[in-house]
Amino acid sequence: MINVILIDDEPLARALVKEYLKEHKEFSVVQECNDGFEGVKAIMQHQPQLIFLDIQMPKITGFEMLELLDPAPSVIFTTAFDEYAIKAFETRAIDYLLKPFSQERFDKAIEKWKQQNSSGTQNTSQVVSEVISMQPEEQNRVVIKNGSNIKIIPVKDVIYIEAYDDYVKIYTQEGMFLKKKTLSHYEQILSDKFIRVHRSYLVQLSHITKIEPMEKDNHIVILKNGTKIPVSRSGYTKLKEILGT
Amino acid sequence: MSVRKILVGYIIWWLIWACVHMAIILYLGFSISIAASDSLWSNIILSAVSIAIANILRYYQPGKSTAWNLLFWSILLSGVSVFFTQALLGYLYSWNVDYIYFLKMALPIRYCISFLIIGCVLLLSWIWRTLITKQEEQERKADVEKIARQTELEGLRKQMQPHFLFNSLNSISSLVGSNPADARKMIQKLSDFMRYTLKRELQQMTDLEEEFNNLQLYLEIEKLRFGYRLNTVIDFPENFLKKKIPYMVLQPVVENAIKFGLYGTTDECIITIKVNEENNDLVIRVENPFDEETSNNNKGTGFGLSSTQRRLYLLFGRNDLLQTSATENKFSTTIKIPQDQ
Repeated sequence: MINVILIDDEPLARALVKEYLKEHKEFSVVQECNDGFEGVKAIMQHQPQLIFLDIQMPKITGFEMLELLDPAPSVIFTTAFDEYAIKAFETRAIDYLLKPFSQERFDKAIEKWKQQNSSGTQNTSQVVSEVISMQPEEQNRVVIKNGSNIKIIPVKDVIYIEAYDDYVKIYTQEGMFLKKKTLSHYEQILSDKFIRVHRSYLVQLSHITKIEPMEKDNHIVILKNGTKIPVSRSGYTKLKEILGT
Repeated sequence: MSVRKILVGYIIWWLIWACVHMAIILYLGFSISIAASDSLWSNIILSAVSIAIANILRYYQPGKSTAWNLLFWSILLSGVSVFFTQALLGYLYSWNVDYIYFLKMALPIRYCISFLIIGCVLLLSWIWRTLITKQEEQERKADVEKIARQTELEGLRKQMQPHFLFNSLNSISSLVGSNPADARKMIQKLSDFMRYTLKRELQQMTDLEEEFNNLQLYLEIEKLRFGYRLNTVIDFPENFLKKKIPYMVLQPVVENAIKFGLYGTTDECIITIKVNEENNDLVIRVENPFDEETSNNNKGTGFGLSSTQRRLYLLFGRNDLLQTSATENKFSTTIKIPQDQ
């Protein structure tokens, strides 16, 4: 049996996928979820081979939910939104079904999954982390899984981000959170309010109180909460440019 | 006033004036041929100069600050016209000593009369021209505005529907298998709703009753989509049914509330719609639950709201007609519709 989880906030939309799935006897729906929170729990619990995922859902979007999962499961997106299409392919989804879709189109998606699965292509997992968020609402927050809790952190509460192997450490007033992302990813999406002062540090401008020289040519920035962060030479040039000092 | 009418009036006026002119010369004791000739030539010259002035003004219009130029023009042009009249008549009747003497004595009077007439013509054509220019300018401006408004409203309409439409179609597709009777009902509702949204210009007004009937259709479709999670409470006095409201202004606001309500929380979502009156404005307040923690980014200016605000501005020229406010767990959107005709 191939375990499948459906994640969509519309019961009728889930019912449709279930109905189309009846044609494929080897698949069985182990759980239906109404939102990404339930989705994360269900996926961790059942480790499904395939999920059908809507994008716009309560609290967190389908993309944000995927970011929380490591490794990410195989995904077929189902959504009425055209504008998400590009991004869905960037996440290496198996397929992308535009609502409303037909049984034939659905069967094709299943076929694609089977091909990928049998050829043993390593899919989804590593590519998801490179996705660049295109939706403005997603740029205003960072979704984090802390044990079994899911936290939504507004970007304005992020003090700085530190590179940490394959992860980043996100520092907020409430403490530090780990997330499997690259620092460059955050530098790219948070560029206007954050500054990469060092290869390993991305700092929110509004949290910087002063820049102090440290032996020879080196500098450090001191944050409002007292943290000292090293500044590289190129970081110092950027800082001077932005702060106009 | 058409140009033709003005021309006819102009000619009639000159004919009357020429007769008066002739009568005065006759009264002074000159022969009828002299009187006719005098009147004919002086008025032909004068009217020709006047027409020339009116035509010049078509291309050159002094502004308010240069309007006093008109005075110099009148002084100059009346001098020119009187000079030519005197020269011509003096040449024609050089043998008539009495008449030559009269021409000489009457020079100041002729000059004054020419000055008055030319001054009047100048002033009138100047005023007329200015009015026409202004009118044209206004018409052009109104045209431009109208076109801009039309395209903008069209654009707004196009952006409003697709997401809702495709999701509804997906729900119908699902119902066709599981519950054909409900599928048919939903198709009916969706068709009625779409018909309402398509049948009219976004500039038009409708009454609250019709707008609410349509909103009801929309809500029933949404309830089918979201099931038990979506609930609505609508509360408004019966006597408001005939109040005027721009058509399709309520639906995007409610759609926005539903989105924020449903996507902002995982619990049940109750949307409240209340209608009131305040200083002759119809006030409609739409409330949805909202979770500060997850909705920090949703300042309530989703597409639905900004386009509605823009529409209300285009329709009423006021920027304060849509307001939003958030308390700890309720987000409310208030729209005001001015009722004075």
